[in-house]
Amino acid sequence: MSDLQVEAQSAQAAGPESRTVAADAWYQLRRNWVFWVSIVLIVGISAIVLFPGLFASEDATTSLTGGCQLEDSLEGPGDKFLLGADQQGCDVYSLSIYSARTSVTVGLLTAIGTTLIGSLLGLLAGFYGGKSDSILSGVTSVFLGLPFVLGAVVLLSSIDLPGVWGVVLALTLLSWATAFRLVRAKTMEAKGQDYTLAARALGAKDLRIMFRHILPNAIGPSIVVAVISLGVFIGAEATLSYLGLGIQPPDTSWGVMISEAQNAFFTAPWVLMVPAGFLTVTVLAFILLGETVSDALDPKLRK
Amino acid sequence: MTTSDDVVVKAVGLKRLYPITKGILFKKKIGEVRAVDGVDLQLLRGETLALVGESGCGKSTTGRLLMGLEPADGGSISVLGDDLAELNSRQMRAKRRDIQMILQDPYTSLNPRMNVATIVGEPFAIHPEALAGRSRSEAVRELMDRVGLDPSMVNRYPHQFSGGQRQRIGVARALALRPQIIVADEPVSALDVSVQAQVMNLLLDLQQEMGLSYVFVSHDLAVVRQIADRISVMYLGRIVETGEAGSVYAAPAHPYTSALLSAAPIPDPAAQAERERIKLSGELPDPADPPSGCRFRTRCWKAQELCAREEPDLVALSPSHSVACHFPETPDDAN
Repeated sequence: MSDLQVEAQSAQAAGPESRTVAADAWYQLRRNWVFWVSIVLIVGISAIVLFPGLFASEDATTSLTGGCQLEDSLEGPGDKFLLGADQQGCDVYSLSIYSARTSVTVGLLTAIGTTLIGSLLGLLAGFYGGKSDSILSGVTSVFLGLPFVLGAVVLLSSIDLPGVWGVVLALTLLSWATAFRLVRAKTMEAKGQDYTLAARALGAKDLRIMFRHILPNAIGPSIVVAVISLGVFIGAEATLSYLGLGIQPPDTSWGVMISEAQNAFFTAPWVLMVPAGFLTVTVLAFILLGETVSDALDPKLRK
Repeated sequence: MTTSDDVVVKAVGLKRLYPITKGILFKKKIGEVRAVDGVDLQLLRGETLALVGESGCGKSTTGRLLMGLEPADGGSISVLGDDLAELNSRQMRAKRRDIQMILQDPYTSLNPRMNVATIVGEPFAIHPEALAGRSRSEAVRELMDRVGLDPSMVNRYPHQFSGGQRQRIGVARALALRPQIIVADEPVSALDVSVQAQVMNLLLDLQQEMGLSYVFVSHDLAVVRQIADRISVMYLGRIVETGEAGSVYAAPAHPYTSALLSAAPIPDPAAQAERERIKLSGELPDPADPPSGCRFRTRCWKAQELCAREEPDLVALSPSHSVACHFPETPDDAN
């Protein structure tokens, strides 16, 4: 973001005619309130992820130091626990704050990983075509047809990589196919366009054509999908954790919290609602950001 | 009459075949489309050679072959004395400074994600030596000015321009490397008639100023008339008639040329009403399965048994006018 600001300032100094793509996008974004809402939310979430100690006390999330007392089990929201306590008598609010880091890390890393792998392979397959494209496309069909949970269970139980990295690896391997398909299709479309032919006529090499001409026209949909699926990945981590294959206690995540809350949902709904609320707001913030930024970066939609 | 120095592009027996395949993983060739099938042409320094014909006749493919954008399946092309097939990729890249292209559709030929400075500056990004000491933005402004665009608009995007302005941007990009030869593939057919004239005038001015040689691909004989020094008429992958523009327009020798000319409107209602229109019957035959002998015979009103048996060669009627027809039109027929 600071890069955008710097470019915008230098653009203003040089007059309105010499705007870069980023500066142009920034000019449009800063007048869009939806963008600001998502930025405020994401700044807040980032603060929670980076400095959870500012918002809650770690003591309240563990029984090791006496923070959680079984006598407080499922205590409702009130003076003692702002948003209630869970079955172990831990403060749900503090626990949610301290779970943010794992959940957001899994979501972000998986979104970045799937986009990078899927886009790169999709670009190569769509650009060069031929046999390698046929083979790669066949492989993606297998991955898209694979039952997600089954695939993750098999993967995670056969590799010895516990915690965040195992989950990220499994989710990335099972999810890159969507980005591959999107980028491959858009690449094939852009490859046939006259501007690609013109670049070729100028003597541009394959790398320039792929990364300067095709990728900027092909990456849009997969970025939007990545931002939206960030929430899906946070949810998928919850599924895997629930099955005992994802994040293992004493580590915690929103997914772990949600899956542990299911037994007590009717008597103590806050145990589920609070981490689910954090999850929803996080996902929404990223989706809003993704949509406003992708609109702003598309010159055709610019007013 | 012409020395070899004057010939800037020479193509001999040019062929381009597109295989028709079946199957997905294991492709099997079941036939081929003979898009360009034995084309000879010569472009002289400073002249405009028009390639005309209906869609599907292979004229655009010929243009791309000359640009080295597609591999020829037969024949040879030499540009400024160098055989394209013998150039390695570095030499080919250098060769592109001499021969450039203007594309038909100004709405798809400019990358929508790049601003004009980037589009017109890209030739210099690929060939930095072409800047010759200028800064890139300086060079871009010069080019914008040259094609009649306001240089202060360099930071705008293609969609912010009209069709005519966009085509000027395409012309600026083609001129950036100071080429000697430009292949213009239907450069005005996507534009309004009033804008067509402006772009045509720009092309003519540039030719005069810079001594450019044009290969002008078009289906529009009225447009070709404004610019062409010589005309080659293509039909189904072959050249059926070639000659000085004046001679071809005044006395078309091939029946197909006569039919094309009679289809072009004359801007004089009296003459338009009076002249005889030749209506071609039938469709263009399947280029994957061309007729035997003369390819035009299925639609020709003069066809005889000889035409089905024997393919006519290009025969010179005069030093500057050749035709591939067993029964060429004589000037008497045309009137």
